[in-house]
Amino acid sequence: MKKRNYNLIIGLTITGVLLLFTLIGQFWTPYSITETNVALKNAAPSLEHLMGCDNLGRDILSRVMKGCGTTFFVALLTVAIGSVFGTIIGALTGFYGGWLDRIVMRINDILLSFPSVLLVLIFISVIGKGKYNVILALGILFIPSFVRMVRSEVIRYKEQEFVKSARVLGAGNMRIIFVHILPNISVSMLTTAAIGFNNAVLAEASMSYLGLGVQPPEPSLGRMLSEAQGYVFNAPWYAIWPGIVIVLIILGFSLISEGLRKMTES
Amino acid sequence: MKYVLKKFISLLITLFVISILTFTAFSVIPGDAALAKLGIDASPEAIAQLQEQYGLDKPILERYADWAIHALQGDFGQSFNYSRMSVSELLATRLPVTIILAVMSLLIIVVISLPLGMLSAKFSGKWPDVVINQTTQVTMAIPSFFLGIILTVIFGIGLKWFQVGGYVSPDKDFWGCVRYLIFPAIAVAIPKIAMVVKFIRNSVLSEINKDYVRTAYSKGNDENQVLYGHVLRNAMIPVITFLAMVVAEILTGSLVIEQVFNIPGMGRLLITSISNRDFPVVQASVIYITAVVVVINFIVDIIYQLADPRIRTS
Repeated sequence: MKKRNYNLIIGLTITGVLLLFTLIGQFWTPYSITETNVALKNAAPSLEHLMGCDNLGRDILSRVMKGCGTTFFVALLTVAIGSVFGTIIGALTGFYGGWLDRIVMRINDILLSFPSVLLVLIFISVIGKGKYNVILALGILFIPSFVRMVRSEVIRYKEQEFVKSARVLGAGNMRIIFVHILPNISVSMLTTAAIGFNNAVLAEASMSYLGLGVQPPEPSLGRMLSEAQGYVFNAPWYAIWPGIVIVLIILGFSLISEGLRKMTES
Repeated sequence: MKYVLKKFISLLITLFVISILTFTAFSVIPGDAALAKLGIDASPEAIAQLQEQYGLDKPILERYADWAIHALQGDFGQSFNYSRMSVSELLATRLPVTIILAVMSLLIIVVISLPLGMLSAKFSGKWPDVVINQTTQVTMAIPSFFLGIILTVIFGIGLKWFQVGGYVSPDKDFWGCVRYLIFPAIAVAIPKIAMVVKFIRNSVLSEINKDYVRTAYSKGNDENQVLYGHVLRNAMIPVITFLAMVVAEILTGSLVIEQVFNIPGMGRLLITSISNRDFPVVQASVIYITAVVVVINFIVDIIYQLADPRIRTS
């Protein structure tokens, strides 16, 4: 009897609903995200404004919808940078080995043993703050985890029978790596990507919270939390909604990665 | 002894590499400190004068050597932003706060994770294991700064267990400071508990099927005696190494949480210095935090070696 993979199902459901919510927000929001209204300053949640209004009287639901878009955008690009470069570097060093492999792995180990937020902070202080700089910094920092995973999997597969048969049939090295080996490790790659998404969302929220990431007036969940903090006395909902959405996004991705891991184990 | 020496040399190399990297990183960026301080409208003469004062007109190698020699003596130069404060003075007031916070978070993590991890392993696959696993999965998803805000609302504003923004310096009142730091420490610790619990659980489970465990049972020990007397000691060895990694995570977690609870530690200093482009302070903070992480790794390697003689001989 096969046990249902609840982690994967719940994770995909949460992420799916949030994606839908975000997609709608890209084309339609209940109210304008920049229009301020003094009369609605810190208004409590009501039927007109389901999540209430912020300190400038802007509709929080609309801003959360748009802010999710920013979060997903940053996470997607970050993981894309990390996975593309990480896969190429990991596949090549794993396949060919040699001194280059040793140097790359040494650098990789140093980077991985380091707290990533600290590295992003250094990066940001060098290249300046802003959304695209955070994407660049995070993307580069996610390369090592992909390198390590892809490299070890490639090493595992490169001596197997099907690779040898492919070689006998005349396949070149590049074809063996990218057509024969990589499809076999796609689930591991998805798992690493899901963990990457998880970390990217958290890191983007932290950076924006610290004021180093997404800059106003563009809405961002992390930024909203830092603005909300000044009003927790009279408008606690301003902090709670963006926070809950961040938690749900992260929870969704971590459930997916956990579910994928279980899938590879069984 | 040879092992310790080898680890020590690798510690020095890592610190050296990091110092070179941070130094060059902050040297190649356009717009140096003189420009940042005077603004773009300043006359070239004034900029040149300030550059000379900060020593920015010398070649980069000379500047690194200069900086490194002073840094080794604990002198990281002047802050561009906090006038009349040397970087070392600034750090000396900030670093202890962050360290106290980190130590408290680590204690909370260990005190909560150890029993949960053991429980999870003991009832592996049964309901306590499932409940612990699912709960920690959720707590892991809460960013520490959001948790910090929630704790402020509930315990600071609602129950008034601590005064919001009422930080006390450890020099004035050490226990008062510890009391204020309890909630920030909890906010840092809770998201990290999940991975530590999982690690302890798996470490215990991988030991439980070994021969010595069967021997211990056959000698007439009951489950608890075997678990706490035999398995725990062996299972702890990899956990110690893992905790060193957790410390690095805690340190960065506390960088963010300091912003939430208004704690004047390294994190606040680092963030404001990054915003002000106060590079001597950023450089020194990075080196300090790195040094803490590297030294902890070094100590853990030594403990590891003491705890497991097999590593010494191999």
